Amino acid sequence: MRCFKVLFCGIILMFLTGCMPTKQQTVTAVGSSALQPLVETASEQLMHQDSQAYINVQGGGSGTGLSQVQQQAVQIGNSDVFAEQKKGINSQQLQDHRVCVVAVVPIVNRQVNIRNLTLTQLQAIFMGKITNWQSLGGPNLAITVVNRAQGSGTRTIFEQQVMQGRPTKKASEQDSSGMVRQIVQNTPGAISYVAWPYLTKQTPALKVNGVSLSVDNVAHNRWPIWSYEHMYTAKHPNAATKSLLSFILSEQFQQQEVLKMRYVPIQKMHYQQDYTGKITRIKVNKQNGSHR
Amino acid sequence: MDPIAKSLKKRSLSAKIETRGRLLTQICTLLIVLLVLAIFGFIATKGVAVFIQDHGSLWDFFTKTTWSPDQTDLHQRPLIGALPMIVGSFAVTFLAVLLATPFALAAAIFMSEISPQRGNKILQPVIELLVGIPSVVYGFVGLAVIVPAVQKVAGGSGFGILAGTLVLFVMILPTITSMAVDALKAVPRHYREASLALGATRWQTIYKVVLRAAAPGLMTAIIFGMSRAFGEALAVQMVIGNAILMPSNLASPATTLTSVLTMNMGNTVMGTTANNALWTLALLLLLMSLIFNIVIKYLGKRSALR
Repeated sequence: MRCFKVLFCGIILMFLTGCMPTKQQTVTAVGSSALQPLVETASEQLMHQDSQAYINVQGGGSGTGLSQVQQQAVQIGNSDVFAEQKKGINSQQLQDHRVCVVAVVPIVNRQVNIRNLTLTQLQAIFMGKITNWQSLGGPNLAITVVNRAQGSGTRTIFEQQVMQGRPTKKASEQDSSGMVRQIVQNTPGAISYVAWPYLTKQTPALKVNGVSLSVDNVAHNRWPIWSYEHMYTAKHPNAATKSLLSFILSEQFQQQEVLKMRYVPIQKMHYQQDYTGKITRIKVNKQNGSHR
Repeated sequence: MDPIAKSLKKRSLSAKIETRGRLLTQICTLLIVLLVLAIFGFIATKGVAVFIQDHGSLWDFFTKTTWSPDQTDLHQRPLIGALPMIVGSFAVTFLAVLLATPFALAAAIFMSEISPQRGNKILQPVIELLVGIPSVVYGFVGLAVIVPAVQKVAGGSGFGILAGTLVLFVMILPTITSMAVDALKAVPRHYREASLALGATRWQTIYKVVLRAAAPGLMTAIIFGMSRAFGEALAVQMVIGNAILMPSNLASPATTLTSVLTMNMGNTVMGTTANNALWTLALLLLLMSLIFNIVIKYLGKRSALR
């Protein structure tokens, strides 16, 4: 019996301490796994500077991020796609913060000696119209298309910018960029796409329309497959959330970490995109030089 | 009053402890039952939403092959053809069980009839170890070893039902074996003795007496293996290729109910058709495991009657 009482008191104590008011403001950021490493780096650096802040970063996918922030279960929802693109999300309730640009790059297996495809050829491959690399001047190898899961951020960007509404062929789907990379590496004739931060030497990247992937080419929209990384918050975010956002958008963080992790800093962009995928040139404002 | 009478009329300490103990166990039991009911209720209400709220057709669900719940067909009904994953799930399950059963039975006969000593010393720990390995490890080994092997033999990407079957085979082998051993050990010793006394050889005894007597128990073992294979998500997802296509051969990418669920949960928003459709898959999985359990219970009753 005594051990029961001790246990009981212990539980009561746990509840009491749990309810104690603390000065710490907790920020939870959930969502896109493509953006997760960047937010993690930012939160580590910020927590190092400011011991009062406590930031918790989790993955789970863009859909999870958006729905959790809409339910106000978390302060920040990370997403690779515009809230307007996701069914069931009311974008009116949310505040969009575009923190950087991510480029998506087609990758192929090493045995495929083709290193350049036009956008039309890419479309034909992913629609299932071209099924052998021979018809593109490559080796006699069947094309194995590997897709990301339906509704994943990377796939949404790829479909919007490359397929432009054309139906994709039913194909193998994987739920992470890591898996896609490994499968393309091991399967002769495989083609897929990953976000730039996930690109490695094992899977050669393709040029699109003769343009190779670089920060400058993305900034000038010569590289056609890119979109924003969003951090959605409620209309009126709390102070800790604001400080995290401004830290990520700070000049220093954008120039160092963002570039290092192979995202494109938002200030560098000369073009902008809306949620329908329409791309327009940004008119440079001479007064502050940057545009946000 | 006399102290002895007083102490006899009062409830003793041990009686009180007894009552408290009973209360505690009853509350715990009630809690577990409530939990199960709550899970059932929750998944059932979520699972039928796609048919009631979003006007999906139950017929489409079981017969069509296009899974794209975000889009609707001409009649404004969401495209929820789940046939490819239902076929995929059943295919890997049955093939894996078909492959695993002979091996498991042979191992179980060896352990209980032919060489119990060596069986208990060597095979038992090995099987226990196999049960304990996490499924992600099986999946990883499958990805690194089985998929490239299938790719070499059958061509294509190597991902597909064959790779999934082979991984599940290894995963359910220990489950079926250990339960089959229990079933064989439960056969009374005098059955064997009577058979041997009648002049039957060892093989005749095993084949005509022990296996027959243990049949319901062995069936239970096989169905347990099946239900494990049916519900396995991670390991299968890693090697099956996850293409929502009707499998054309054993080496073409396919998918299962569980892998569609785990792949898409994070990309859908609560309350949308896409999300509701996934809950329907979850409901189907739950119903299937219920059916497996009922069959096991039924077989258990039959063996108890004998």
